[in-house]
Amino acid sequence: MYLCEINLYMLQKPIYLDNNATTPMDPRVLETIIPYFTQQFGNAASRNHPFGWEAEKAVENAREQVANLIGADPKEIIFTSGATEGDNLCIKGVFEMYAQKGNHIITCTTEHKAVLDTCRHIEKIGGAVTYLEVNKEGLINLEELKAAITPKTILIAIMYANNEIGVIQPIKEISTLAKERGVLFFTDGTQAVGKVPVNVINDGIDLMAFTAHKMYGPKGIGAIYVRRKNPRVKVTAQIDGGGHERGMRSGTLNVPGIVGFGKACELCQQDMQADTIRISAMRDTLEKGLLKLEESYVNGSTQHRLPHVCNISFKYVEGEGLMMGFNKDIALSSGSACTSASLEPSYVLKALGLGDDLAHSSLRFGLGRFTTNEQIEFTINAITETVTKLREMSPLWEMFKEGINIDDIEWAHH
Amino acid sequence: MNTTSRIYLDNAATTPLDPEVLDAMLPYLKDHFGNPSSIYSYGREAKMGIEKARKQVAQLVGCTPNEIVFTSGGTESINTAIYTSVNYLNCNHIITTKIEHHATLHSVQYCEQKEHIKVSYLHLNELGQINYDELETLLKLPNTKTLVCLMHANNEIGNLLKIKKVSELVQAYNAYFLCDTVQTIGHYPIQFTDHLVDFAICAPHKFHGPKGVGFLLVNNRVNFPAFIQGGAQERNHRGGTENVYGIVGLAKALEKALNNYESYSAHVLELKTYCYQELKQNFEFLHFNGTLFENNLYTLLNFSVPDEHKAELLIYNLDMNQICISSGSACSSGSSIGSHVIAEIKPSYKGHHFRISFSHLNTKSEIDSLITTLKKFI
Repeated sequence: MYLCEINLYMLQKPIYLDNNATTPMDPRVLETIIPYFTQQFGNAASRNHPFGWEAEKAVENAREQVANLIGADPKEIIFTSGATEGDNLCIKGVFEMYAQKGNHIITCTTEHKAVLDTCRHIEKIGGAVTYLEVNKEGLINLEELKAAITPKTILIAIMYANNEIGVIQPIKEISTLAKERGVLFFTDGTQAVGKVPVNVINDGIDLMAFTAHKMYGPKGIGAIYVRRKNPRVKVTAQIDGGGHERGMRSGTLNVPGIVGFGKACELCQQDMQADTIRISAMRDTLEKGLLKLEESYVNGSTQHRLPHVCNISFKYVEGEGLMMGFNKDIALSSGSACTSASLEPSYVLKALGLGDDLAHSSLRFGLGRFTTNEQIEFTINAITETVTKLREMSPLWEMFKEGINIDDIEWAHH
Repeated sequence: MNTTSRIYLDNAATTPLDPEVLDAMLPYLKDHFGNPSSIYSYGREAKMGIEKARKQVAQLVGCTPNEIVFTSGGTESINTAIYTSVNYLNCNHIITTKIEHHATLHSVQYCEQKEHIKVSYLHLNELGQINYDELETLLKLPNTKTLVCLMHANNEIGNLLKIKKVSELVQAYNAYFLCDTVQTIGHYPIQFTDHLVDFAICAPHKFHGPKGVGFLLVNNRVNFPAFIQGGAQERNHRGGTENVYGIVGLAKALEKALNNYESYSAHVLELKTYCYQELKQNFEFLHFNGTLFENNLYTLLNFSVPDEHKAELLIYNLDMNQICISSGSACSSGSSIGSHVIAEIKPSYKGHHFRISFSHLNTKSEIDSLITTLKKFI
């Protein structure tokens, strides 16, 4: 009776193209979770009876599924309530644990708020943070990273893939550099894990945070990876209590959430190749379709990019107005969900060097496992129509068409 | 495994999710899956689910909606409250007891070691009760800003704190009060009016709600930045994408628990009374821990079996007979030390300690089975 139907997500509106914000749960995941709510409901820390043992067994099974997806040992997986808590735990936990060694952290300006806000906090409590700039592709400069490392540097925190533009940082090069200089490397893998083959060994990752709800699993559950050898990494717990999760994260385990996370990881591992082929083809169709519009630009590198993401600016069109044109039919974001209630232009796009006009006129497309060709076709048409209509009403567009270079105009300030 | 024939008497560790609660959660596990921070319909639906839940919870516990901060559960909530008190409310003194939950004890120990906070542990009598005069004396310490961390009900022996009395003392001496209410919210119709506490804690998986979600009730007078940073969720008090279905389930579970408080609590108290009488009648040598029926949780019983009665295998023998009880709290996970609570109040007692905890789903005949089985082994 709890079976969902996949066709629920077909041309039903609004079409969901914001899979970087969150993903619908895969019905196969939901099915796996349900028994753990009402039947196998035990507390995984109950050592005295089978309800507890069953819960613990389910947790350990999920831990293995999660570890498998990223090439880790199950002992290296610590469950958290999500990626934000994971980012906090990795950064603050390393800062505390390695205080003897130093107090300097290197990150970059296009990180998620969970990393940036945590770094701001670190600065308040006596840490030093270097924020690397990115180029117009959204990539950091490895030479700058190299130059930023000091004897006091304890951590490099660079995200695997960006949540707004999908750009993938040169992870292997960063980790090689980190290793050479004896600095730990933490990566926020939230957008990448489950979408591209993240492998902690090949990628040389020491710590990583990621979450289930970005890969068709439930909300409220995530994990961190903490390397156990070469080198053995330790983090100071930020939530103390019963000593769950090897003492690194206390609190009664969210068993149904963990079971769902495990299943979601298993499905991602199993379906990744096929999903990627299908989804990236649709993404390319979408992108090609929309770039037929004059004065539309892809933001960030198209070469180093997640297969399901594209971020496009439509010059001379105001992003919010653009969204209003079709938001009954298409669920999309103009930036990250975490800041989408604000009207500020995206700090990520500004970091790429975009002016306010282009940053304001951007749309982020996050395709997913349940996106269909019909939805993409509909989206291309709807957005093309809206952009064209809005431009017809725009005096700026008219001026542009008359050959006036708007960037050269000096506007009178009121 | 067949679970229907099993007798689950460890409801203080966790409880099965109520099917009605699951029904309330399902739409948010399926169709309303949006990120609550997104501005289109999927996001707004999710956001509305959260805000409706917040309003409902606030009404049920007698506070304002902006005093509820949703978290990942009891442990995170307690850590947040203690961290906030020490780092932002300038508390330099903590008054607590050694029989608090580990979430409190370990956080307090951390503050003692790393932040050099003075910690005073109240003395306990053999029943595990504090002395309110001692509390008042400690609150009078000069040059201190004090945080009082006392649990409303002990999760192992069930002793209830005189919360109003502590609240008055705390207010009289201008201190802060963190009351660990994990075992009482959902089991009593507590109203957090008149500045009863500064911080209270809720973990819905203790009253047939979901795991992985909870709330921290923070009195309006306390202003504090986020403990987990990143994102403006929970009005900047707690970063991270909200566990929407968990929050919806929390509210539903609390609503159901409190709407049925009278019938549930009457039934559970009857079970506790019956179980106590049967145990006492059949096993004269048992020793009951805590205040038992006077100012005690109606949901649990804690007793000790002296060493000479071979109780070490009791838990396993009960388990072989499909009966689940606990030999301490679930949260001292993996430790073989046994109960830190009983060790504190009965340091020289040689024996094994057991906790039976009931829910409205338990029956008298389950108690009969428990007694019959116990007779076989002790």
